[in-house]
Parts: sequence; C-alpha cells; structure tokens
Amino acid sequence: MALPLKITINGEEKIVEQCETLPCLIKTLDLNGDRLAIELNGQIIRRANWDSVRLVDGDRLEIVHFVGGGSK
Amino acid sequence: MSDKLNVAGLDFNSRLILGSGKYATFELMATALEVSGSEMITVAVRRVNLTDKSKESLLDYIDPKKYRILPNTAGCYNAGDAIRTAMLAREVLDNNWIKLEVIGDEKTLFPDNQGLLEATTFLVKEGFVVMPYFNDDLIVARRLIDAGAAAVMPLAAPIGSGLGIQNFTNLRILREQISEVPLIVDAGVGTASDATVAMELGVDGILMNTAVAEARDPIAMAEAMNLAVRAGRLAYRAGRIQRKLYASASSPVEGLSR
Repeated sequence: MALPLKITINGEEKIVEQCETLPCLIKTLDLNGDRLAIELNGQIIRRANWDSVRLVDGDRLEIVHFVGGGSK
Repeated sequence: MSDKLNVAGLDFNSRLILGSGKYATFELMATALEVSGSEMITVAVRRVNLTDKSKESLLDYIDPKKYRILPNTAGCYNAGDAIRTAMLAREVLDNNWIKLEVIGDEKTLFPDNQGLLEATTFLVKEGFVVMPYFNDDLIVARRLIDAGAAAVMPLAAPIGSGLGIQNFTNLRILREQISEVPLIVDAGVGTASDATVAMELGVDGILMNTAVAEARDPIAMAEAMNLAVRAGRLAYRAGRIQRKLYASASSPVEGLSR
C-alpha cells in the first residue's frame, strides 16, 4: 500500500493518500482528465505516459486547462 | 460563390474569430459564439482551481467538434513561457493550433517581435500551426511567414482598447504585400463598423473578444459583428467606386420632361 505523498500542485502543498499515478491523482482531485495538461517537475507528461509515471514525495505538478480568453 | 477563410488547409465559413474571455456567464458566451457564426474560438491556458469544485468547464460550452479551438499564449512575456504554454495547450485537447502572443510591454500589450519570431520558429519545427499576434510591421510579417507562421495577425489598435482601426496605411500595405498566408486583424475593433472597415481593406479575417464580450448586449453585438464582417468582405470583393470630389448624377440627364 502506497504511503501518503506530500506534493505541490499548482503552487499548493497537498497531502495525497495512496495515489502514485496521475490517473489516480486526477480521480482523487475530482478533475476531468480529458481536458487537462500536466507538467511534472517542469516536464510535460504526455497523456500516453500518464500511467507509467510514479509520483514521489516532493514532486511539483502543474495542472492546467482552458479558460475563457481572447488576448491579454 | 464559395469564399472561405483557409488556414493551414482548413476551411472556415466565417471570417470572424472570437475570444471566449470576459463574458458574464458561460451561457451568455455560448449564445454569443453561436450567433456570431464564428467557427474558431480562442481560449486561454490556466491552472485548474483545486479548491472551487464547481464542475463547469469552458469546454462544456464550446464544443471542440463544432469549433476549432485556438488556445493562446496570453500573459507570456518571453519566448520560453510562450513555448511552454503552447506545449501545455497542445496536450489539453491534442490540438496543435496556437495563437501565439509574446507580450513586450504591460501597459500597451504590444508584442515583443523578437521573442515572437523565436517562439514561432521553434513551435513550427515542433509541428504547431502558429498564428502570431504582432504589430503591423511588414518586415516582421515576412520574417514570421519565413519562419512558417500559418497566418499573420496584426493589431489594429491596442488589445481591448476598442479604438477601431488606427493603422489604415500599414494594414493596406500588408494587404498588398502579403499573400502567402491569411492576414487577420487581431485586436482593436470596438464596434461593427470597425470590423466592416477592416474587412473592406481586404484583410482575410478579424479576431476580437472585448468588443463583443463587453458590449451592453453581447448577443446582439455578436450578430452585428457577424453581419459586419460579411458586409465588409462582400464590399471588398465587390470593389468600391472611386472617390470623387464633385457630384455625379445617378439619374439620366437626357429625356427630362419640361
């Protein structure tokens, strides 16, 4: 059984219980995985590789999606 | 007669590209987009909100099967940030189109042309369809095209200013000199006549956001812009008459009954 992980998501520290893959994390965070992009420690993780990544303590994640926008 | 906007091999019936920002609600935005007739919609890439669990997402209101989604790199002040944002955007929907912005100045939101060129060159090599926002400089336009840009998008006035077309001369020069890729006015339009005037100059399309989203009635303005862009395009193709200083009677001079 995986131990709780302390990771940073979008600048916020989070304790994540028993989740070491990205699909598991997305589910835990209650997000729609079809419409996201994820960067792990500065590297974009392509969707095809979401399953193979193992999260570890101290990981820094950026999770982004589309919002309304024109220019700015 | 078919008169479509073609960008990177894709045809669009509408020459209007709308932004999805600044609307009071998603519903209002969705109706405005529908009424505008636009088939290409710009969106921004931002962090998901982990605390607000309201499940509504922008893409619940913009069907990617119906609209070509054009993510932007708004808020990026150097080539590196713009490239990163583009790469993230590509992952969201597996869509390699990008409205490229590299901003050089916060107050004017004028583009950093050097950063723009650098990012365009990189992203084209990465397989992106790059549509850069730039100022109305012919030389920069040529360099962007040489770098592989799929369109060039000059501003007509500062972003969000609603000043209308402030650079007729440069837009006309661009129109005469640029034929390799679509020339799309990006930013500056305030009301429908601005859109018509720009289209009458012969530009291939117009991208706007604030003029519709912040109108008192965005849905009515979306319809106005739909008509304005089409009217301007038709007038451009129809060919305007020469301006003359003096009157020229429209009714026959002969045959007057006395």
